[in-house]
Amino acid sequence: METPMYQSNHRKVALGLSIIPGFGQLYNRQYVKGISFFILAASFLIVFKDLLNMGWWGLFTLGEVVGRDHSIFLLVEGILAVIVSVFGLGFYAFNLRDAYKNGQKRDLGLKISSLREQYRALVDNGFPYLMISPGFLLLVFVVIFPLIFVVLLAFTNYDLYHSPPAKLVDWVGFQNFIDLVKLDLWRKTFINVLAWTIVWTFGATTLQIALGIFLAIIVNQKDLKGKAIIRTIFILPWAVPAFVTILVFSGMFNESFGVINKTILASLGIGPIEWMTDPFWTKVALILIQTWLGFPFVFAMTTGVLQAIPNELYEAATVDGASSWQKFTKITLPLVLYATAPILITQYTFNFNNFTIIYLFNGGGPAVSGQNAGATDILISWIYRLTMTSAQYSKAAAITLLLSLVVVSVALWQFRRTKSFKEEDMM
Amino acid sequence: MDMKRQKLIRLTLSYAVILVMTIIIVYPLLWVVGSSFNPGQSLSGSKMIPDNATLAHYKKLFDTSQSDYLTWYWNSLKVSTLTMIFSVILVSLTAYSFSRYRFVGRQNGLMTFLILQMIPNFAALIAIFILALLTGLVDTHLGLILVYVGGAIPMNTWLMKGYLDTIPKELDESAKIDGAGHLRIFFQIVLPLAKPIIAVVALFTFIGPFGDFILASVLLRSKEKYTLAVGLYDLVAKQFGSEFTTFAAGSVLIAVPIAILFLSFQKYFVSGLTAGGTKG
Repeated sequence: METPMYQSNHRKVALGLSIIPGFGQLYNRQYVKGISFFILAASFLIVFKDLLNMGWWGLFTLGEVVGRDHSIFLLVEGILAVIVSVFGLGFYAFNLRDAYKNGQKRDLGLKISSLREQYRALVDNGFPYLMISPGFLLLVFVVIFPLIFVVLLAFTNYDLYHSPPAKLVDWVGFQNFIDLVKLDLWRKTFINVLAWTIVWTFGATTLQIALGIFLAIIVNQKDLKGKAIIRTIFILPWAVPAFVTILVFSGMFNESFGVINKTILASLGIGPIEWMTDPFWTKVALILIQTWLGFPFVFAMTTGVLQAIPNELYEAATVDGASSWQKFTKITLPLVLYATAPILITQYTFNFNNFTIIYLFNGGGPAVSGQNAGATDILISWIYRLTMTSAQYSKAAAITLLLSLVVVSVALWQFRRTKSFKEEDMM
Repeated sequence: MDMKRQKLIRLTLSYAVILVMTIIIVYPLLWVVGSSFNPGQSLSGSKMIPDNATLAHYKKLFDTSQSDYLTWYWNSLKVSTLTMIFSVILVSLTAYSFSRYRFVGRQNGLMTFLILQMIPNFAALIAIFILALLTGLVDTHLGLILVYVGGAIPMNTWLMKGYLDTIPKELDESAKIDGAGHLRIFFQIVLPLAKPIIAVVALFTFIGPFGDFILASVLLRSKEKYTLAVGLYDLVAKQFGSEFTTFAAGSVLIAVPIAILFLSFQKYFVSGLTAGGTKG
């Protein structure tokens, strides 16, 4: 700061005056800009004064008088107030920076840009913001807003018994998380659901990946005829909407009328299996169905990679006397896994949250005594159950928070490993 | 001789595996088609090759006094098409800015999108439900479309940005020197070159809502607002099996057009996913 270049102290004065937005710009003799900044700031305060006041108060107290205050409305207003405040502070910081920069220009004896130049700069610099803002605003209200809401909800006691307008909702800190670990019913359910979610994610996904890669390699053999038609057939389970096939399968697996028990197993001399009422067999059926649904995706990806492997690699290996098995383990498999790894990992996160199959096949059932989730409920379907049938909003929110932490950390770990992240100019 | 025998064994085994897989894949599909032509309503009596095949169930579905099926079909098409249109517009604008401009907040914005695309948008299920209740958007298609479009933005923006980055910047720079404005460069130079990725984004954002069950079942209440996924579930869930053949006919009518659409664009799906390297 001690540079002798500065001939005056305009930058500091402008910065100081800009504590009231616009005044620093006026001081810098940018009158139009100064006045518009001041008007913008003033109207911001006038328009949002009530919202900010109510919102911040509501966010901290969640309401004080039963009947007058609706805690959930207050929470919503509170989040809105936070978002508006962030935008306001952003503008305020921009105003300070602008005053300082232009003051600095004057200190250095440079000319300050004219109104016309300012306008051009505004159009040029503002254009990307203009393009982004519609999508970004929607994102803020439809995605970010609900996420903040869930995070906050996880620290309240909002449920059937604390439901506005008849009752107030309160902040309870980490109580929901403590309950999940300490209360018997919740702990038992949580552990069972989590265990099955993990078994489900790894079991179903690994099977579908293994089957997909295996079939892709078989079909890709050079001397195999009819590749095109075989590939089309193998893609079919992916092409038919999943909700249709899952409902069809739940008909086929029906214990008393389903074709699997009645026709297929009967003809093999096996007695009826309780696909819908026995937890173990329901789980087996779910994993089998997901394998059926999921392998075509891996199959298509792997086929793409296989076709891109240059033939010279195999020829060179043959010259060196490698066996088919060696070619497979040393060339094919590493290349396939390397190229598809990022997409394969997303298959795990997809199944981790694969609500559709769990819910449509058997509604998460069969019911299990002593816990408030069905035997095949995974975390996301348990959340759905808690929200839609028993109004346990705060517990559901706490579980959502845990689930999101898992998904985000897996995904971040994956993206750090993918090469695209290191690419220059990517970010 | 030995080589030849080995090859014979290998090929025979391969064809055997393929045959078994084909049966496993095709059987359930043929079974639904068969069921849909079965006379009677129940699951128990249905056969794969029915004795007296009938089109009665299809007729029933097309009869608006007997079933809401056509309404559901129309709702699904409407919601999916509108979601597709709005998503493509918003995603193109956002992706173009992120790809071509360097502005304050760009890196933070990209990072936010990256993290958001990893969280499925139904993770905030409770919040979406409560907020929809508060805003009166429960049981409206508008609410559903807004949620779908918002949820589609992060992932598809990354996908399209990745593609736009590969279009040489020299093209728009030379246009700029020739005096073309921001909008003109966007509409006349970049967008025409980005057609393949626009097609991919359009496909994703159309198929996504079409197959979605969870958000639609949370937000939609009344029968005449249902989309196909919720409606069909409703048809079979109430008393399982009692309307099974009607359900089967309904399934065939959805599965066939979607499967054809899908198979004809399948290679774009694969290339889109590998190019963007994001998620399936």
